Amino acid sequence: MATLGDYLIVSGILFTIGFAGTMLRRNIIIILMSLELMFNAANLSLVAFSRFHTGTNGLPNYNAQVFVFFIITVAAAEVAVGLAIVVALYRARQTTHIEDIANLKF
Amino acid sequence: MQLILFWAFALLTLVFGGGVVINRNPVASALNLVVSFLGLAALFMLLDAFFIGVIQVLIYAGAVMVLFLFIIMLFNLRAEKLRRINWPAAAGGIAVAIAFLSQVFYVVGRFKPAQQRFPPLTGSKIDDVHNIGRLLFDSYNLPFQIIGVLVLVASIGVIVLSTRQLR
Amino acid sequence: MNRLVPWYVLLSPLASAVGITVLFRRAKALSSVVSNAAVLVSFVCSCWIFLQPNISAPEPNWIDIPGIFQVPLGLTLDKLSKTMLVLVSGVGALIHIYSLGYMRDDEGKSRYFAALSLFMFAMLGIVLANNFIMLFIFWELVGFTSYVLIGHWFERDAAADAAKKAFLTNRVGDFGFMVGILMVWMATGSIVFSDIVPQMSKLTVNPGYLAIAALLIFCGAAAKSAQFPLHVWLPDAMEGPTPVSALIHAATMVAAGVYMLARVAFVIQSSQDALLVITWIGAVTATMSALIATQQDDIKRILAYSTLSQLGYMIMAVGLASNEAAIFHLFTHAFFKALLFLGAGCIIVMLHHEQNIWNMGGLARNLPITFLTFAVGTLALIGCPPFSGFFSKDAILALAYARNVPIFVFALFTAALTAFYMARLFIVVFLGKPRSANAKSSDEAPLVMLVPLIILAVLSTVGGFSFFARHFVVVPHEKELIIFVPALAIGAMIIGLGSSLALYRNQTSEPLDAQLLRRRFYIDDFYDWLINSTQELLARITAFFDRWIIDAGGVHGVTGGTWGSGALLRLLQVGNLQAYSFLFGLGIVFLIYFTIFR
Repeated sequence: MATLGDYLIVSGILFTIGFAGTMLRRNIIIILMSLELMFNAANLSLVAFSRFHTGTNGLPNYNAQVFVFFIITVAAAEVAVGLAIVVALYRARQTTHIEDIANLKF
Repeated sequence: MQLILFWAFALLTLVFGGGVVINRNPVASALNLVVSFLGLAALFMLLDAFFIGVIQVLIYAGAVMVLFLFIIMLFNLRAEKLRRINWPAAAGGIAVAIAFLSQVFYVVGRFKPAQQRFPPLTGSKIDDVHNIGRLLFDSYNLPFQIIGVLVLVASIGVIVLSTRQLR
Repeated sequence: MNRLVPWYVLLSPLASAVGITVLFRRAKALSSVVSNAAVLVSFVCSCWIFLQPNISAPEPNWIDIPGIFQVPLGLTLDKLSKTMLVLVSGVGALIHIYSLGYMRDDEGKSRYFAALSLFMFAMLGIVLANNFIMLFIFWELVGFTSYVLIGHWFERDAAADAAKKAFLTNRVGDFGFMVGILMVWMATGSIVFSDIVPQMSKLTVNPGYLAIAALLIFCGAAAKSAQFPLHVWLPDAMEGPTPVSALIHAATMVAAGVYMLARVAFVIQSSQDALLVITWIGAVTATMSALIATQQDDIKRILAYSTLSQLGYMIMAVGLASNEAAIFHLFTHAFFKALLFLGAGCIIVMLHHEQNIWNMGGLARNLPITFLTFAVGTLALIGCPPFSGFFSKDAILALAYARNVPIFVFALFTAALTAFYMARLFIVVFLGKPRSANAKSSDEAPLVMLVPLIILAVLSTVGGFSFFARHFVVVPHEKELIIFVPALAIGAMIIGLGSSLALYRNQTSEPLDAQLLRRRFYIDDFYDWLINSTQELLARITAFFDRWIIDAGGVHGVTGGTWGSGALLRLLQVGNLQAYSFLFGLGIVFLIYFTIFR
C-alpha cells in the first residue's frame, strides 16, 4: 500500500515537470499543455489528501474531491479560452513561437 | 498488489509527462499528455476516487485534449525547427525546477502524516457519486452555479475570439 | 564743549565724505568746496588742540565684554599725536587746495573728493587711536581709501591693476599685523596702549614670543610703509592722480607705518632681535630703491622710489631704537616730498600729462616758480645744509654710526645715490634744451597750484632748524654736534652730485643702461610668477575636484546609478513570458525557503 508521502512526491514531480515545461518550451501550445500538467498534479495531491483524511463515518473527505471537480471545470474553461486566444494570435502573426509575439521590447 | 499498480501508473504518468515537455512535435506532445492523463485517472481510481477518475478521463482526456488536437491540426503545426538555445536561461530554469523539487522532497520528508498509510475505508458502500453530488448541491451550491455561469461566459468568449474578423 | 574738539577733527572729514557720496554727487564744484572746507576745519581744530597744553577727549565704549575684551573709542593726545595731527591735516589741506586746480576738468571730481575726505578721516583716526583695534580699523580703512584713490582713473587697466596690487600687498601686511595684535592681546589681556605698557613684563618673560609679535606688528608697518619685500605696490601706485601720490605716498599714508611703530615702541623696543631685523630691512629697502631710482625714466616713479628710500631711512632709525630721529625725518620728509610731488604734478599738467623725463628739458625757463621750489625740495632731499633734510638725515646717520656701523655704510652709500638720481632728475627735466613740443610750449602753472608749492618750500627750508622743529618733535642731538658724520654725509652728497652732473649734462637720452636696475631687480616679475603659479595650481586642483569628484562622482554617479539600475530593472520587463515565469518560480522557491526553512 502506498503512503500519502508517495502520492505527494509523485504530485510534486509532476508539478515540477509541468513548471519546467512552461519555463523552457517556446511553443505556446506546449506551454498550455504544461500548464495542464501542473493542474493535474495539484488535483492528485488534493485527492490523496481527501483519501487520507477519512472521516468518522469511514468515508473519505469529499470536500477535496468537490474542489477537484471545480478545478477540472475551471481548467477546461480556461483551456478553451486560452486556445481561442492562440487561434486569434496565430491568425494575426502566423506563428506560435513565443519570442515572435513579444511586443514589449527592451 | 496495489503498490505495484501504484508504481506502474505513477511511472506511466511521470514518463509521459516528461514526454510532453521534451517532444518537438506538438501532436506527439498532445498524445503523450493523453496517456499521462489516463495514468492519472488510474491513480485516482487507486485512491478510491472513482467519480473524479471518470471525470478526469471524460473531460480532460476526452474534451480538453481533443480541443488541443483540433487546434494543432487546424493550424497544421509541424515540429518546430530548433532555434538557438539560450543556454544561460535554460540553465536558470532547470536550476529553479530542481530547487523547487528538492524543497518538495524535503517538506514531504518532514511531513509526519506522510509516513502513514491510508486509513481503511469502513463505509457501508462507497458511493462517491452520490456523496459528491449531495455535497455539491448542499454545501457548494453557490459555487456550482457560478461555475455554470463561468463556463457559459467562457463559451461566449471563445466564440467571440474566434470570429474571422475582429471588429 | 572744548573736550569735543578732538572729535571734530576726526569727524569733519567723515561728514564731508558721507555728504558728498550721498548728496552732492552731481554737483562737482560743491563737492570740492565741501571737502576743502572740512579739511580746513580739521586743520584749524588741530592747531587749536596743538596749542593746548593738556587736553583730553571723551571716550565712548564700543565693545565691552568685561574681563575678556574691551574696545573703547579713545583718542591719544600727547605731543607726538598733536604734532602728527597738525602735519597730516596741514599737508592734507594744502593738497586739497592743490587738487582744486589739478582736478578741475576731471569727470569723477566728486568721487575723488569724497575718497580724499574719507582718507583724511582714516589717517587722522590712525593718529588719534589709543588702542590696537581702533588703530587696525583705521589702518584698513586707509588701505581701502588708497585703493579707491589710486584707481581713480579705473578705466585705464594699469590704474585698476595698481590699485589692486596696493590693496593686496597691504592686506598681506595687515594679516601679519592682526596676528601680532592678537599675540599681544593674548599675553596681556588688553589692547589699549596705556594698559599694555605697565604689563610689558608679561611679554618680556618670553623673548621668542615677543620677537615674533613685534615682527608681525612690523609686518603691517612694512606693508604700509612699503618696505622690502612688500614694497612693490608703491611705484605702481603712481598711476593715481599726482595730488594723491603727494598726499598718500609722500606725506601721510606711508608715514603711518613709521608713526605706528613709534606709537607701539614699548613693544618693538623690548625685543633686540626684532629691532635688528627691522633695521636691516630698512637699510636694504633704502639702498635697493635708491639703486632702482637711478635708472627710471618716469618722473613720478623716480620720486616714488625716492620715497621708498627715505622710508627705509626712517625704518632704519626705528630699528636703531630712536623714534625721535625717525619722527624728525618723517616730519621734514613730509614737507619736501609733498613739495616735490606737487611740483611734478605741475609739470605733468602743464606738459599735457607727459611723464617721461627724456621728453622734458629746459623747463627752468618756462616754469620758473616750479623750477625754484623744486630746487628747494631737491636740495632738502639730498641733505644739503641748511635745508631741513640735512638735519634729519644727519641725525639718522649719526645714530647709525654710533650703534651699527654696517648700517651706517649702507646709509652713506644710499645718501650718495640719492644725490645722484635727484640731480639726474633735476638736470634732465629743468636744464638743457626742451626735447619735445610739449616741453617747448609749456607755461607756468596756475596760482592755486603754486601757492601750496611756495608754502611747502618755505617749510622745507626752515623745518630742520631746532628753533622751529623743537615745538613739534623731539630733535635728536640738539645739544651735541659731531663733525665727523656730517662731513661724511656732505662728502657723499657732493660725490653723487658731481658724478650726476658729469654724466647727464647735455644728454638727450639715457647714457647708462643697467638692466637689473631698470627691471627693478626683477622683484615684480618674481611676484607675478609666484602668484600666477599658485593660482594656477589652486585652479587646477579645484578643476580636478570639480570635474572628477563633483561632476563624475556626484552628478554622474547619481545619474549613472539611476540609469544603471533602470537598465537593470528594465530587464525584468522584456515581455518575455518565460522570463516572467522563471522569476515567478524563483519567487516561489524563495518564499518556500523563507517560510519553511527559516
